[in-house]
Amino acid sequence: MDKSVKIEVKHLNFYYGNFRALEDISLDCYANEVLSLIGPSGCGKSTFLRCLNRMNDLISISRVEGNILLGGLDIYDPSVDVVMLRSRIGMVFQKPNPFPKTIFENVAYGLRVNGIKDKGIIENRVEESLKLAAIWDEVKDRMHESALGLSGGQQQRLCIARALAVEPEILLMDEPCSALDPIATQKIEELIHQLKKSLTIIIVTHNMQQAARVSDITAFFYIGKLIELGKTDTIFTRPNLKQTQDYITGRFG
Amino acid sequence: MSVSKSSLQRRKNLLQKIVFNVFRFAAFINGLALFIIIYFMIAKGWKAITWTFLTQPPVDSMTKGGILPCIVGTLCLSIGAILIAMPIGVASAIYLNEYARPGPLIRMIRLGINNLAGIPSIVFGLFGLAFFVVWLKMGVSIIAGALTLGAMTLPVVIGSTEEALRAVPDTYREASLGLGATKWQTIYRIVLPTALPGILTGTILGISRAAGETAPIMFTAAVFFTPSLPLSIFDEVMALPYHIYVLATAGTEIEATRHLQYGTSLVLIFLVLGMNLIAIIYRSRLRKRMQ
Repeated sequence: MDKSVKIEVKHLNFYYGNFRALEDISLDCYANEVLSLIGPSGCGKSTFLRCLNRMNDLISISRVEGNILLGGLDIYDPSVDVVMLRSRIGMVFQKPNPFPKTIFENVAYGLRVNGIKDKGIIENRVEESLKLAAIWDEVKDRMHESALGLSGGQQQRLCIARALAVEPEILLMDEPCSALDPIATQKIEELIHQLKKSLTIIIVTHNMQQAARVSDITAFFYIGKLIELGKTDTIFTRPNLKQTQDYITGRFG
Repeated sequence: MSVSKSSLQRRKNLLQKIVFNVFRFAAFINGLALFIIIYFMIAKGWKAITWTFLTQPPVDSMTKGGILPCIVGTLCLSIGAILIAMPIGVASAIYLNEYARPGPLIRMIRLGINNLAGIPSIVFGLFGLAFFVVWLKMGVSIIAGALTLGAMTLPVVIGSTEEALRAVPDTYREASLGLGATKWQTIYRIVLPTALPGILTGTILGISRAAGETAPIMFTAAVFFTPSLPLSIFDEVMALPYHIYVLATAGTEIEATRHLQYGTSLVLIFLVLGMNLIAIIYRSRLRKRMQ
């Protein structure tokens, strides 16, 4: 099967002031695959993830070198509208962060800010997204209650639905299960399997088993460098480098 | 060994008790101060509070009659000050907290705001007289007084708004931007609604403080005596704090009008408490809607 490259990262360097947080990262990410980023805390995997939707732009002292191509488009090109870009790339955060609004309004938010006003369209898309995120049955009778009344796991799936509503091509997940219990985690992982049929997912995780379970490709980061990149099966069974082996077997990290 | 240990334990427990009671006393003083003030006002002023007092203008050189023009005047000045201070203050705070990148300019603006907060109210009064009343030819009027009170309240509004904005978790901002919202959409649809209860509380507290000020309005808005109610924002008014000041220092019958002074004070206190109460009720309703 032909695989199409979704994201192409070429010689990416990222600086916080004078500190180089990412060193010469190059990798390709293919459509409808799940790429997991693993590595010890502070290795730059979250920073890398945030380069992909330019969330790092918010940090005034940050600087980016190199290229990130999204379907051939250089996302750091001055002509790129970062607001447009972010509506093509969804993001799910470490801690569930629903807005202090109703469940319905949370999911409708992305549509509203992107100029969709038609009530029917919004209602349909909200329902679709909640179904995709496997939370529809749990919330369909309480759509107009506050999202803050949901459990942590439900909140995170709501956040996924919120991201899906804008129909992104890529979903970035920054340790989406680190604040959740094992059952909620399992639901999110099943969801990732479902979602990759329609989009590309890049997930940061501290949980080796999770990376092994959900991803096709795994990238191991260590102190700002991409140490090893390969098929998840290979990385977890016969990694090329001893450093990778040490990390995934828990000898450091 | 065991004896010395238990005496140490006793000393520790004793110290613990002393410190605890000192703190408790300090906290208690707050309530006591408020209680004493309100007790005095009620004890000395309640006889003055009648229907006539609340609904009639003063008569007989302000030794009889009511204080309706003062109540109306103070309400007008307070509402005017809110209308002026809130938009400017909230907009400034949004700029400082959400848009501005730290630098010398921002440091200077902040320094300015902090110093504005430290300026004595009588200086605001003189500034209002020179700038609004004379230079801008507004005359002694509600608008000049409201602008002066508004300027005086600005630092409070900015301070509490900034605090409320900072209390909005950054993850809300990131989530909104991540969905393709612009910065302004994020502020308008997420940050401001979340911060609104805090903004309102701070603003109302600032205004109710200003409502009781005499110095800023004595040259800009308030007059000694006018029996008529204001018809436009360019009319001069009577005001509660200034009326108290006048009765207590410059009236024809200072001793004979003591009960009127306390009665007026009582009305002022309840007006301010009323404004605070509205703010608190509104805030808790907003909070409930968000939970």
